[in-house]
Amino acid sequence: MTDVSYTAQTEQPEASLRDYYELMKPRVMQLVVFTAVVGLIAAPVSVHPVVGFASILFIAIGAGASGALNMWWDRDIDSVMKRTVKRPIPAGKVLPGEALNLGVALSGLSVMMLCLAGNLLAGAMLAFTIFFYIVVYSMWLKRSTPQNIVIGGAAGAFPPVIGWVVATGSMAIEPWLMFALIFMWTPPHFWALALFMRNDYDDAQVPMLTVTHGRPATRRHILIYTVLLFVLAVGTGFTSIGGPIYLAAAVILNVLFLKGAFAIWKRDEVIADADDYLVERKFFKLSLWYLFLHFGAILAEAILRPYGLGGWS
Amino acid sequence: MSLKHEHEIHKRRKSRNVGVGLMLGGFVVLIMALTYVKITSGAFELPKVEVSQ
Repeated sequence: MTDVSYTAQTEQPEASLRDYYELMKPRVMQLVVFTAVVGLIAAPVSVHPVVGFASILFIAIGAGASGALNMWWDRDIDSVMKRTVKRPIPAGKVLPGEALNLGVALSGLSVMMLCLAGNLLAGAMLAFTIFFYIVVYSMWLKRSTPQNIVIGGAAGAFPPVIGWVVATGSMAIEPWLMFALIFMWTPPHFWALALFMRNDYDDAQVPMLTVTHGRPATRRHILIYTVLLFVLAVGTGFTSIGGPIYLAAAVILNVLFLKGAFAIWKRDEVIADADDYLVERKFFKLSLWYLFLHFGAILAEAILRPYGLGGWS
Repeated sequence: MSLKHEHEIHKRRKSRNVGVGLMLGGFVVLIMALTYVKITSGAFELPKVEVSQ
C-alpha cells in the first residue's frame, strides 16, 4: 500500500540544520553575542562563567528567534530584493510556517531560560527586544515610515544593556551609552547599504529614506548622524566605561567615519554610479569595523581594569 | 517485508536528527551545570525569616 500524502511530501526539498541556522540571521547573532558579552564584562559585578555563558547563549537564541520571525513576516519582500532572495524561505528551503513555529518556540524558550539563568529584569528586557524587533520594527515601522531604520535600530541596541543587567540585576547610565552608540550607528550603516543596493528597496516598496526623500537627502542624513555619533562616541570615552584605549580608538575611528560620511555627502549619483558606489561600499565596510572596534575597546578597558590599567583611575 | 526496514526518510534526515539530538544533549548538560552553580552559590536559598515569639 502506498502512502500518497507521504510520497507527495518527499518531493519537497529537505531543509537541513544549516537552513534553520541561516533562518536565525547568524551575522546579526554574532553582533548581538559580541555586544552582550561586552555589556556583561564591562559591568562592575562579576558573574560565574557558567551563568555568563548560559545567559549569552539565551540572548543569542532570542536574537535568532527574532531573525526567524522577521524572515517569516518579510518573506514577500525578501523574495523581491536581490540581497535577501537567497534566504531560506524565498529560496524554498524552509516553509513559512516552520519559520514561524521555530521563532515563537525559541522566543519563549530564550526568555524563560534567561529569567532563570540571569534574572527577571534581563528576561523581560529580552522579551521586549523581541517584541520591539518583530512588532514595532518589522510589522509596523519598516513598511510605513522612512524613519524605520532610526527607531527600529533600537532593537539591535539592547543586547549590551541586557548583558549588563544579567550581571548587575539593575540599570545604570553606562549600558545606555553602549545602547546609544549602536542606536546612532545603525542609520548611517543601513543608509549606506541602501545607497549602493540601488533599486532593492524601491522594488520591494519599502519606504527607505532613499525611496521617500531621495538619495541626496539620504547622503545628508548620513553626514548628520555621523556628526552626532562622533560627539557621542568620543564623549563616551570620558565616562566610566571609557579610558585611554577607548578614547584613542574612538578618535581615530570617528575621524575616518566622518571623512567617509563627508565624501558620501559631496558625491552625487552620477559620480557614484561611475565607480559603482565605491565610497558608499567602503563606508559600509568601515561601519562594521567601527562598531566592532568601539566595543572591542570597551572590552579591553574592562579586562584591564582589575590590573589597574583600564579606565581613567 | 521486514518490520525493521529503515525508511528512506530516516536516512535522509539522519544528519538533522543527530544535530537536534546533540543540541538537546548539550541543553541538558547546560541546565545541569547551571543548576549546580545556582545551588552551590546559594542563589536558591530561601530568605531567612525571623520568627517572632
